[in-house]
Amino acid sequence: MLGPIGVTGYLLRRVLQAVVVLLGVSIAAFLLQHLIASGPNLARAIIGSRANSATVAAFIREYGLDRSLPEQYLAFLWQLLHGNMGYSYKINESVDAIVAHDLPKDLLLVGSSLVLALAVAVPVGMMQAAKRNRAADYLATTTSFALYSMPSYWLGLLLIAAFSIGLKWLPAQAPQAATITGVLAQPRALVLPILSLALVNYAVFSRYMRSSAIEQLAEDYVRTARAKGASRLRILTRHVLRNALIPVVTLVGMSLPTIVTNGLIVELVFNFPGLGLTFFNAAQSLDYPVELGITVLIGVFTVVGSLLADVFYAALDPRVRYR
Amino acid sequence: MSADVSAVLSESPQHERLSDDRATKDPQWRRVLRTFEENRLAFASIGLLVLIALFCFVGPLIYHTNQVETSLLDANSPPSSSHPLGSDNLGYDVLGRLMVGGQSSLEIGLAVAIISTGFGALYGAVAGWFGGAADAVMMRVVDVVMSMPMVLVFVFLATVYRPTLPLLIVVLSLLSWLGPARLIRGEALSLRTREYVQAVRSMGGGSRRIVLRHIVPNAMGTIVVNATFQVADAIIALALLSYLGFAIPPPAASWGGMLSNGTNFLLDGYWWEIYPAGIMILLTVVAFNFIGDALRDSLDVRLQHR
Repeated sequence: MLGPIGVTGYLLRRVLQAVVVLLGVSIAAFLLQHLIASGPNLARAIIGSRANSATVAAFIREYGLDRSLPEQYLAFLWQLLHGNMGYSYKINESVDAIVAHDLPKDLLLVGSSLVLALAVAVPVGMMQAAKRNRAADYLATTTSFALYSMPSYWLGLLLIAAFSIGLKWLPAQAPQAATITGVLAQPRALVLPILSLALVNYAVFSRYMRSSAIEQLAEDYVRTARAKGASRLRILTRHVLRNALIPVVTLVGMSLPTIVTNGLIVELVFNFPGLGLTFFNAAQSLDYPVELGITVLIGVFTVVGSLLADVFYAALDPRVRYR
Repeated sequence: MSADVSAVLSESPQHERLSDDRATKDPQWRRVLRTFEENRLAFASIGLLVLIALFCFVGPLIYHTNQVETSLLDANSPPSSSHPLGSDNLGYDVLGRLMVGGQSSLEIGLAVAIISTGFGALYGAVAGWFGGAADAVMMRVVDVVMSMPMVLVFVFLATVYRPTLPLLIVVLSLLSWLGPARLIRGEALSLRTREYVQAVRSMGGGSRRIVLRHIVPNAMGTIVVNATFQVADAIIALALLSYLGFAIPPPAASWGGMLSNGTNFLLDGYWWEIYPAGIMILLTVVAFNFIGDALRDSLDVRLQHR
């Protein structure tokens, strides 16, 4: 549509928007935290309600809690720009170190479940679109609706009830190793967490895929291809699939917040030692640096995900204009 | 049953307004009706929801149980003649609790859907109509809230407040208006360039009139479909909140609270504390999703001509 300058301008503006959103996320999270507790209250919540005033003062000085909120926030931001996300109040570890050993485990959990979900959802969604409103379509729709309509923790617990308690095939708990290699060393324990998250994501993706493919089937180029004598299978695999995938990829990018939330629930159900579990524990124990660091990290993933989805969409669909 | 459907559907003003816009010999409400007749799943879903609502709101008038006082001597008892679906860990009768819990789940679901879709639609319509800097600022606010981990907000609220029905409605609405805001903004962006909107403007119609009288009513199809899905999503989100420890405290109940409480007893084999509540959530959410899907299909003109 536009020349390379238009594209560059579009990208620049999108990246700028992303930066603004990330600043907004970090400010909002920072303010929320300090509304719960700050200063001596926070210090006592962390080191114990009976800590003497000297200890409290030392804690406040060490973490710079005596400064004004804008000062504290700017200090956090300054350190963040230098790649330092702070030091945990509770566990004797820097947030960088926590992220470094937890993030690979999450990438494994979320990544493999996404791949698994897409690998099943794309062909099933195509099949449903091709056989719209027939028995196979109803069956697949009902399955994905049932999966979609279950609270994700219940799905996880149903799998535990069936495969761990009933059949005794698989462990009910995720690998408890601290490192990614340790986690990978227990593949059997990984099956249920990955399967739960994959089923939740499958439900969403197959619905997207079905309606996207149905929309494509109504397009003129399908009629043209049919008129030219192309077989149904050829139309589906050569023409419809590619075009139907474009909105699905965008929707996958857009649904990252949901994927993150469900990932966290699955981590809680299976006690999977990832960032989600760490985040949940940090949020409950007022471990602000860990909480804030992971919030910003999730924000980065969400924002970059939707940015990539948009760019990808614009790149694949020549009709999209850069506005 | 079909009389019910048309009564419900003809309440939304889109049908008259859109019908002169599109094929007049096949008015939209008739098309919606026909889709429901063809789509048996959606049709059955409406029947199912009526049954569920009767169960929750009329059931307690027939089946009397004490859902306020605990009876610990009677706790965790399996289904019997005195407790058809057993009792939970506090001794509450599960069948009676399903009715009471269903009331709050349905009320929360519907309230959240109305509030979040209403507010989100208005927000999106305003952003899309004004465009430019206002749009940029308003949509960045949406992006920020959307990129915040939901759990952070939950834990904040759980620390500061005690969960009550109105608070849960507010919390869930705060988290669910973002989707409709984005959707309706997209519609508003395309509607603002239409001739009739331009005509209103040239005749001196103010922004307020254009947004409320023209953009929102014309986006009503999208809004109604979205609201249907929002009910389903709110009931699921309520269940997740309960699991994260932000549930309505007893003696009040919700299906989500019953389910997450019941899952503590997975290893004890107290299935009656898990499955009834889970199945009620499943059926209700599936029904709302089926109806939303059918509505969307029937309002999508392009899919009609095939």
